[in-house]
Amino acid sequence: MIPALIVFAYLAVILYIGIFAWRGVRGQGAAEEYFLAGRSLGPIVFLLSLFGTNMTAFTILGSAGHAFANGIVTFSLMASASALVIPLTLFFIGTRLWALGKQFGFITPVQMLRDRWECGHIGTVIFALQAGLLVPYIIIGVMGGGTALRAITGGVIPYWFGGGIVALVVMGYVFFGGMRGTALVNAFQTTLFLSFGVAAFVVIGQGIGGFPSAMESLLADPDTGPLLTRERISPLYYFSYTFIPLSTIAFPHIAIFCLTARRLAQFKGTVVLYPLCIMAIWLPCVFLGVAANAMTGTPAIAQKLEARQALAIAPAEMPAADREALRRQAAGDDVIPVMLEAFAPLWLAGLLGAGILAAVMASDSQILALSTMFTEDVFTYYGGTARFGEAVQVQTGRAFVVILTVAAYIIALGAPQSIFDLAVQYAFSGFAALSPLLVAALFWKRSTKWGALAVALWVLLAVILNARAPGLLAWFGLLPVVPMTVISSVLMILVSLATPPPSAATLARYGW
Amino acid sequence: MSRRARLGWSILILGLYLLHQDLWFWRQARPLVLGFLPIGLAYHAVYCLAVTFLMWGLTRYAWPAHLENPLRLNRRPDEGSGR
Repeated sequence: MIPALIVFAYLAVILYIGIFAWRGVRGQGAAEEYFLAGRSLGPIVFLLSLFGTNMTAFTILGSAGHAFANGIVTFSLMASASALVIPLTLFFIGTRLWALGKQFGFITPVQMLRDRWECGHIGTVIFALQAGLLVPYIIIGVMGGGTALRAITGGVIPYWFGGGIVALVVMGYVFFGGMRGTALVNAFQTTLFLSFGVAAFVVIGQGIGGFPSAMESLLADPDTGPLLTRERISPLYYFSYTFIPLSTIAFPHIAIFCLTARRLAQFKGTVVLYPLCIMAIWLPCVFLGVAANAMTGTPAIAQKLEARQALAIAPAEMPAADREALRRQAAGDDVIPVMLEAFAPLWLAGLLGAGILAAVMASDSQILALSTMFTEDVFTYYGGTARFGEAVQVQTGRAFVVILTVAAYIIALGAPQSIFDLAVQYAFSGFAALSPLLVAALFWKRSTKWGALAVALWVLLAVILNARAPGLLAWFGLLPVVPMTVISSVLMILVSLATPPPSAATLARYGW
Repeated sequence: MSRRARLGWSILILGLYLLHQDLWFWRQARPLVLGFLPIGLAYHAVYCLAVTFLMWGLTRYAWPAHLENPLRLNRRPDEGSGR
């Protein structure tokens, strides 16, 4: 019961933070205040919130589960690659987005693309594609909330009710607090992530009698020894993964967040400290996931290891349902909760619950981003704000938040999570393949709207192909994200060169 | 920033990217750094520190301060305002 109480206290705190932020959203400039926190976030909130926005349930649970099955490679595959690529994209692209937003008053990336390439409906196509790729994340967030609350309360709160509570809380602070509320909540959540990782590492390390002996026992066993190397992963597959973090800056919620900084200098601390934050959160989670393989004395983990062995020697004719059941049993997404249950005091288990909820509630930024995009790229673009005024624009944004959250909740109740898990994977590749759009818009004056349209249509086709025929784009052992991004870049270049550039007046406005 | 400085930063970034593809520790778990961190994992922890150092250098010596002045968006800091 104590963990459940801590979690509910946590939900109350973030709801309060979000509603507290509501006070600034009124009067002149209300849209910029609601959607961008008045472009006034300070350096600490900017760093913590940008980092928190990018953290999902996968960061704490999925990373440990991946490491439990695949070993230390998880860290270099997903964390250290991001530690290099994400700050670089913030440095080169994020700062320019900020400058354009400041100069021309842009609130969304599509506004910038429309202006830069002198296009209208092509911008709407890009908006629709971005929105379509973002929706699965929001649904996954609601599903994760329901699952987490059910687990934390030992089943007292059913999935449908837990999902409803989480959806309501997220909707509450996004509705009232807008970007300022979301940013403050994300900053609070990141602080929680950071303290959780270190606390869990220390407590579990003491509990299992020290990590050196755990590592030696893993090395002594030929089945688990390779987990401490990367020999089970091909170098090409490993190389492919460095393309995935390109998706970060192409995510609308990250690009929009870049516009919230008060000054350009705010990016400095974020760019420098981002790799350290990644290390502080991922390293303990990955290491604990690997170390869990040595905890054969813990029944829940022993069962997982047995299921993994049974899967490894399963005959080819084993029914798919049995194979899937074994796979689920062997999955390690809950190894950190299991380890904490075995070794941690109740308060830390409660902190864990709050940490998990904080992670799954990363959907707040995505809900706000979709609302911002809808009101700016559709409502305002097609004349809504000019006709009804800025106050109605903000109310439209809020209404969109409610509609989106309710729709996500209804879908989450009826659809199997596996579908959306897959959709999220495709979306990562899709956003990475959209990154050439931003690069071309910001750095290549000869790029054109037709090049942008070609990229958008190709990404749409590639995502559908990936979903319909997995493996079709996995050429030469590479992940599909590599050919997708390379073809996007080539299309942007070839189609742009074959079509007329934007007018000299527009290019001059962009400093060319 | 001079052309030479740009080239230098580009080489540094590319070099760090290549260091991420560390085939040299691919099949190796030992030595266990600090007695418990497999070398492949410790390498990438240090790698994150190296990236932090690079980012510090970029923000210190190659910061695009001209972006504060939006009219100079696509101009290098050493360029004049007329073009």
